[in-house]
Amino acid sequence: MNAALAIARHELTRLFASPLAWTLLAVSQLLTGLLFGLSLADISLNPQRVGDYDGVSAIVGGGLFRFATLVLLLVVPLLTMRAFAEERKTGNLDLMLASPASLAAIVLGKFAGLMGYLSLLFALIALMPLSLAAFTPLDIGLLLSGLIGLWLVMACFCALGLFVSALTREPTLAAVGTLGALLLLWLGYAVSTLAWQPVVLGTTLPLAEIANALSLIGHHDALLRGVFSSADVLYFVIFTLGFLALTGVRLDMDRH
Amino acid sequence: MESDLKLVAQGLVRDYAGRRAVDGISLRLVQGEVLGLLGPNGAGKSTTLRMLAGTLAPSAGRVEIAGHDMARAPQQAKQHLGYLPERPPVYGELTVDEYLGFCARLHGIERARRRAAIEAAKADCGLVDTGARLIGNLSKGYQQRVGIAQAIVHRPDVLIFDEPTAGLDPNQLRGIRELVGRLAASHTVIVSSHILSEIQAVASRAMILHHGRMVLDEAVAEAEQLPGVIDISLRSGPDTATLVELAGVHEAIATGPGRWRITAEPGRDIRGALAETAVHEGWHLLEMRSHRPDLEARFRELTSDAPAQPAQPA
Repeated sequence: MNAALAIARHELTRLFASPLAWTLLAVSQLLTGLLFGLSLADISLNPQRVGDYDGVSAIVGGGLFRFATLVLLLVVPLLTMRAFAEERKTGNLDLMLASPASLAAIVLGKFAGLMGYLSLLFALIALMPLSLAAFTPLDIGLLLSGLIGLWLVMACFCALGLFVSALTREPTLAAVGTLGALLLLWLGYAVSTLAWQPVVLGTTLPLAEIANALSLIGHHDALLRGVFSSADVLYFVIFTLGFLALTGVRLDMDRH
Repeated sequence: MESDLKLVAQGLVRDYAGRRAVDGISLRLVQGEVLGLLGPNGAGKSTTLRMLAGTLAPSAGRVEIAGHDMARAPQQAKQHLGYLPERPPVYGELTVDEYLGFCARLHGIERARRRAAIEAAKADCGLVDTGARLIGNLSKGYQQRVGIAQAIVHRPDVLIFDEPTAGLDPNQLRGIRELVGRLAASHTVIVSSHILSEIQAVASRAMILHHGRMVLDEAVAEAEQLPGVIDISLRSGPDTATLVELAGVHEAIATGPGRWRITAEPGRDIRGALAETAVHEGWHLLEMRSHRPDLEARFRELTSDAPAQPAQPA
């Protein structure tokens, strides 16, 4: 456990020693900040949109968190590519593999380190809608549900990115692979909105429902609408743990 | 002696996609021994060291470090091991102190002893004044020192250095060689290199690998007990057969036009007699040099592929 903490701390130190982390933080702040500003301007120009059903929390929070997911889709691959692919390329992975740290500690340490950084990004995004509390009553429950969803999505992206990173020794390949995989997850959600129900062997295949059940974004959407279901949360937890375990398996294969 | 055994490897084999990179290497090292692992590039040195360090699982065979089996108790075994891979595993964006702090934590050195452990490792590696500098700004020789400091920070019993002097200039090379010599006093060390003088300078025992097999394993001091050879150069010398006929000559090999390498019969010093004969016969003695057969000659002999002889384990 101490080794995992040491690796997490080391990962954070290295991230903040590099310009990449600061640049990613700045760019994502700029983008989400702009969107936040735009949605506020939208409300002040069209106040009739704020009704009994859709409050400020739903309009600003929902929009912002959806957009933040998109930003994460681009940010996470750039972070996770360093974790294993780059370490393997520079030969520094040997330092950890030859140390008493177990593979589980290495994977968890890397994950915790990256999540530490992403949580900072997350906190800065969360502060935007929460700052509105000074001016207007907010639906804190709705916002919290959306925020928890955003954090869980981040964890899933991160775990998937770590796994792809463990597959290769080329950082750019890891980044492109992760981006591709994340976009595929996104596409899965698009399939779930199709009204196409193919008939296979005489049975109607509920394609949309299957796609929605499997899609990461679909589960996130429910949380964004304020529907906090333990099934959705469980989906994210299983997704994350599953890919972290696969990462460990892949690293062990290196030895054989 | 059994309790002094710090590293035991038995029948290590490693296959890469059907090609056998390491074939049946066994070794036992006791406390304070320095083993030099020699071999041409591609002989399986790095693969062997990676198996000993636990970053590569052997296809067959087992490794034991300080009494802990690498496969069954990797955590305990690795606790007693310091490993410097071919490329020093350092992070250019960190300072020496930050980096060594991470390595100390990684090896579970508790907070109270960490400061002292890092200072001791830096003192041993001549890094006392470089603690606050970024590793990326250090020279190759100093980065190598940082790599060694990383391997010794937790004071392991066994140190494994994979080509620690590769790519260094002669001054840096001497520095690292002295450092390895100093560490040998309190650790069991394995150093690999393809430079023979390196091994002769630091190792107490030399092992030569060729095509993944061990072709020589002996104490460096033992090599010095071998009978000496005489290199002789004559302007108008006789044929080789005449030289072999001389009293006390065991073997004479022509090494070039007018040059021979002569091995005396065991226990005899024939230098004086040889010079006298040369003068007497009017062979015009130009040069005569007596020396021990060095590791280099034996290395060439053992690792030359010309006669496709199967390498015999020593």
